[in-house]
Amino acid sequence: MIKMEQNNSQNTVPSSLAQILITAKYTLMDYLRSRRFYILLSITLIIGIVLTSLVGYYHPDIFFQASSLLSPKNPSLPFYTVWWGQTATFIVILSGIFFGGDAISSEFQNKTGYFTVPNPVRRSSIYFGKWLSAFAAASVILGVFTAITIGNGLFYFGAQGFPFEMVESILFCWLYLAAVLGLTFLFSALFKSNSMSILVTAILFLFVFNIVQLFVSFLAHVEPWFILTYGAGIIGNVLGNLIPSGIGGISMFTPSIAEGLGIMAAYFLITTALGLLLFERKEFT
Amino acid sequence: MYSLIRMPSIEAVNLTKKYGSFTAVSNLNLKIEGTKCIGFLGPNGSGKTTTLKMFTDLILPSSGQALINGVNVHTNKKAALASVGTLIETPEIYPSLTPREALTWIAEIRGLAAEERGKRVEEVVAEVRMNEWIDKRVGKFSKGMKQRICIASALLSNPQVLLLDEPTTGLDPRGMSEIRDIIKTLKGKNRLIFMSSHILSEVAEVCDEVAMIDHGKLVLYDSLSNVTAKFAGANIVEVELLQPVEALVLGEVKTVFSGVEGVERLSDKAFRIRFSGGLDAQASILVGLMKMGMTVTSYRPASSELEDAYLKLIKSTL
Repeated sequence: MIKMEQNNSQNTVPSSLAQILITAKYTLMDYLRSRRFYILLSITLIIGIVLTSLVGYYHPDIFFQASSLLSPKNPSLPFYTVWWGQTATFIVILSGIFFGGDAISSEFQNKTGYFTVPNPVRRSSIYFGKWLSAFAAASVILGVFTAITIGNGLFYFGAQGFPFEMVESILFCWLYLAAVLGLTFLFSALFKSNSMSILVTAILFLFVFNIVQLFVSFLAHVEPWFILTYGAGIIGNVLGNLIPSGIGGISMFTPSIAEGLGIMAAYFLITTALGLLLFERKEFT
Repeated sequence: MYSLIRMPSIEAVNLTKKYGSFTAVSNLNLKIEGTKCIGFLGPNGSGKTTTLKMFTDLILPSSGQALINGVNVHTNKKAALASVGTLIETPEIYPSLTPREALTWIAEIRGLAAEERGKRVEEVVAEVRMNEWIDKRVGKFSKGMKQRICIASALLSNPQVLLLDEPTTGLDPRGMSEIRDIIKTLKGKNRLIFMSSHILSEVAEVCDEVAMIDHGKLVLYDSLSNVTAKFAGANIVEVELLQPVEALVLGEVKTVFSGVEGVERLSDKAFRIRFSGGLDAQASILVGLMKMGMTVTSYRPASSELEDAYLKLIKSTL
């Protein structure tokens, strides 16, 4: 023991939870200033503007006439089903690819991990901090689309016409976002290359899940309960049975609400745990 | 303010890192304690950076332990790195953040008090001469500028221990000199500094001790003076003249001056003298050459003592 000048290194390192929030704050700052955020925001606004213009000009029947498949209790349900049910899941997937596709791999390839990891902070705090910021950034995008949807719905049907099912669908959509980000973070932790990680994630969500769902349900006649996009079918189904499950609308099975919630929650929990495990073990070589 | 606190230390206990059949670091045992600067030397691929990465949680050891202030980095990272500043390779910073934001992030992670955070960030940015750039986005910075910010990050919490991996890489000559000055200043502030470098003159200038590693194994760890005394051989100076010199005259150099062990002609106007003795002998040889009527245009050591020792101990580059 020696007598030394006391220095600032005697600071108390914050709790891991506090470090998660600190990391989330600064990585969100980075996300919100990034080009990819503005690109995705532009895509979302373009989708919103196109839908608003088309529905306003043409008044397509599918948006305004209840079909036999729909619950007749609220005349606004067809509108919300077609507008929201078909597009929101696509925006969630794009958000997952944009914000989660390279979230962890970039720490290795871009070497940003060399700035953050050699500090008194657990890797799990960095992982969850980044996850939270990706979730928040994607929520901004999804929030914009939700606002456009509700704005149009209120314009055509008024506040009285706003269906409770839409609230459920929005909540399901955010759970789907959590599951999608869980999976994209897992792939991001699996690969060291940003482009590989983004490519695999995009192919999986845009093609593989739908193809597997098609084969399993139509050829094997097995309910594809293990496919995330099948579970996400409840986002549209809760508004009315107009939308079959799956992005491509190709399935002879339809998930119940409980099944859909279970599938999305399981994907979120399992992929997040696996992604974290990979990140904890991965080396900056 | 003064208080009794533990002497800073870093210790590798049977530290080993294997990649398949390749052993990058093999049973490294090294204990460094106290406030001093240690140069960590070795050829490319010898295991220097791998060792430093194991001390900073960037890679996991295959076996053994990396301890900082007695705390295992891999079982209790937060406690082990609480008083450690690090710079490993050339880190990148999120491009849309400014140095102020990036450093405030690290300051918050490290638990610097809110009221002193802003002031401390400005201090370290000033220390690395980046004041003008503190609110510009890092994405537009050159490699050297980013390296300066990363050095500022390492200094941010005024750490007891500094682990630096080739800290002057990517810097211009002035930047290198400034960083060396910072390290020398830190030595005076009771810090333990462990830095790897390929620049032997830099190590000789700032370090008190050297550790050499080769093929993943520790070759030696000793004070700089002991290493040079044990392993450095004769000194060599290279001389350049204004006019050509006769071979006969060069032969005379060897016999006239005591301590000269050999003279090697390099060209008509240049030759190399191998001699024993220190700076006094080197100075008296120069005076003697001028007395012999030679017009000396250049007179400089061909290798340093540390370089000599290094070349004797490290036989291959890979």
